Amino acid sequence: MTDPNLTTPAADVAATSAQSTAAVDFANDIGPRNIGESFRLYTQRVRGGEVGALPAVAGVVILAIIFYSANSLFLSKSNFANFLTQAAPIAVLAMGSIFVLLMGEIDLSIGTASGVCAATMALGVTRNGDLNAALGTPTYLALLLLLVVAIGITARYRLWIATGVIVLGGIFIVTKLTQHAPAAIFVSIAVGVAIGSLIGFLVAHVGIPSFIVTLALFLAWQGVLLKFIGQGAAISTQRVDLINKIENENLSATTGWVLWVVAVGIYSAYTIGRSLQRRRAKLTGEPIDLVVLRALLIAVVTGIAIYVLNENRGRTVFAKLQGVPYVVPIIFILLVVGTIVLAKTRYGRYVYAVGGNTEAARRAGIDVKRIRLSVFVIASAMAGVAGVIGASRQGGVPSDFGSHTDQLYAVGAAVIGGTSLFGGRGKVRDGVIGALVIAMIPNGLGLKNLGSSYEFMITGLVLLLAASVDAISRRRTATS
Amino acid sequence: MAEPILELRGVNKSFGPVHVLHDVDLHIYPGEVTALVGDNGAGKSTLVKCLAGIYSIDSGEVLFEGKPVHIHGPAEAAALGIEIVYQDLALCDNLDIVQNMFLGRELHSRFGALDEGTMERKARETLASLSVRTVKSVRQLVASLSGGQRQTVAIAKAVLWNSRVVFLDEPTAALGVAQTRQVLDLVRRLADAGLGVGLISHNMNDVMEVSDHVAALYLGRMAAEVPSGQTSVSQVVELITTGRSGDIGLSTAAANASM
Repeated sequence: MTDPNLTTPAADVAATSAQSTAAVDFANDIGPRNIGESFRLYTQRVRGGEVGALPAVAGVVILAIIFYSANSLFLSKSNFANFLTQAAPIAVLAMGSIFVLLMGEIDLSIGTASGVCAATMALGVTRNGDLNAALGTPTYLALLLLLVVAIGITARYRLWIATGVIVLGGIFIVTKLTQHAPAAIFVSIAVGVAIGSLIGFLVAHVGIPSFIVTLALFLAWQGVLLKFIGQGAAISTQRVDLINKIENENLSATTGWVLWVVAVGIYSAYTIGRSLQRRRAKLTGEPIDLVVLRALLIAVVTGIAIYVLNENRGRTVFAKLQGVPYVVPIIFILLVVGTIVLAKTRYGRYVYAVGGNTEAARRAGIDVKRIRLSVFVIASAMAGVAGVIGASRQGGVPSDFGSHTDQLYAVGAAVIGGTSLFGGRGKVRDGVIGALVIAMIPNGLGLKNLGSSYEFMITGLVLLLAASVDAISRRRTATS
Repeated sequence: MAEPILELRGVNKSFGPVHVLHDVDLHIYPGEVTALVGDNGAGKSTLVKCLAGIYSIDSGEVLFEGKPVHIHGPAEAAALGIEIVYQDLALCDNLDIVQNMFLGRELHSRFGALDEGTMERKARETLASLSVRTVKSVRQLVASLSGGQRQTVAIAKAVLWNSRVVFLDEPTAALGVAQTRQVLDLVRRLADAGLGVGLISHNMNDVMEVSDHVAALYLGRMAAEVPSGQTSVSQVVELITTGRSGDIGLSTAAANASM
């Protein structure tokens, strides 16, 4: 292979006729050799329109500087923890949205869907699991019908994991196990999965544009939520420890550091090992100095964050408040799992393929409808998770849960993070980075006592800006 | 002459009342390029799609290595070793060359994760075996490739799977002079490697240059299958436009019946 004399006569002719062509055995095809070269390639890509997460990272830094100069409390210890818990529900919704956006579709119903999921969970834990009594028999039967239909849809499209989740959730509901918080949390996710398979069926099988389906369901779920909650203004979950803890309590300082060591250790070992192994095997890979530098950077940034969170941020000398909020490792795990699914599995590859060129995917033998359906299941399942986190944050499920800005913030976060609205381009991490930007705006403005009017206007403008960056970068990559 | 690797006997295909293929016979020989020519609407694409398993045939026989086969889907065609390179190439711009070449047939490691290393190596081997020199890195996004490079990737994708028969639908239609040259060389190398190659083309120069046989379709009927050496451009053009030329081609009655 490496012997240049072994090329065929035809190849020799081609070589003399075409100059500056690559070696036929791809011996030099190992990616950038060192950090300087990878930096040059990166700037080339950014100039060519592939900006990735760059605008979002810049946004985080710029907004932080602006808000800090406006009010130094912005970078205080307590506000930092507060900010993370504010960003958490948006981040979860955004991570789910990314799967849908990769397909070139949109899901506008995840916010209100998360309300329905959270309400089902909250009713379960507060009414001894007796959803029949809590909802009234007709509504209860309608809920079970939704689950049965969803089981049918997911089984028809062989989405067995989804089928299993819905079946188990249905069993928890019928057997009144939802009085226990873990089962109730699971049911929230299961209802999300059921909702997602319904949306996916309407989009992928029936062929209705996802914008219309989810806009209609955005309204419908608001009604369902009102019906679920009934006369009351909210269902409180504050007395349910497991749910309440997620957004309001913290890991111990030691646990925080242990998790940090484990996560950073595994990440560094994996990326460094992969770089070395690929170099040895003469495959394209990242240069080792870049990988080490990046691992160090991540270790330092997350280390500082954990150090700050582990400081006492209590307002009084009596109440000690310190540690990483429970929701942070939850987000981290979702991020890792989502990233692995998209980057390392056949399923993830098919999501990108269908989003990039549906016809090519179909001809490659990929079941396009199945993939298209599944992304809505993932998005709504994540809405179920976001419902749990949101309920924890708000101390319960009010009747307007998730109906204000959540879905637009989530889609906005994904786009700000660098996921394309046109499909085929994006990563799960975009949702987390974008959520930090989105959550920073109300947080910073709140400290300045600027009301919702500014929050909506500025967030809207940021979203437009991100969409413009996306559209322009798409045009540049198309022409370059 | 060698046995045909793929043979069609009396294949018929209708879409509702429209009879697209009439008793079509076709022979594809290993190690040879068979050009499939015909005017727009003659049935070339339908014929290829029948072989790809996208359409099912209404009647007639398909023989692969002399044995009758029934192709019910793209997967079955691929299992036999029949690959089609479509005119629009069917590549995902947002994926790189390796990812495109293995799309739908990814290799796994034991734990269900994608085996990127092996896929990358095999993609390189395939491109190298086709003496492809125009592609710098197999990890380039397809979006960054030129038309000729895309065609190369699509062809390499088709031969990656030890395929026996490759059909190319107008591979040079959108290419410049130099890139056409490269793709035609590649087509020739495919045949030299022992594959049966079907080349659909409107370009008579390409056809005469690389093909060993010419099969001319006229309004859904096979007008003639002739060795390229025993025919001329003008004769092939006549076959395409009228269905007959001198004493070869359809009988007048059959040609008129197709009108």
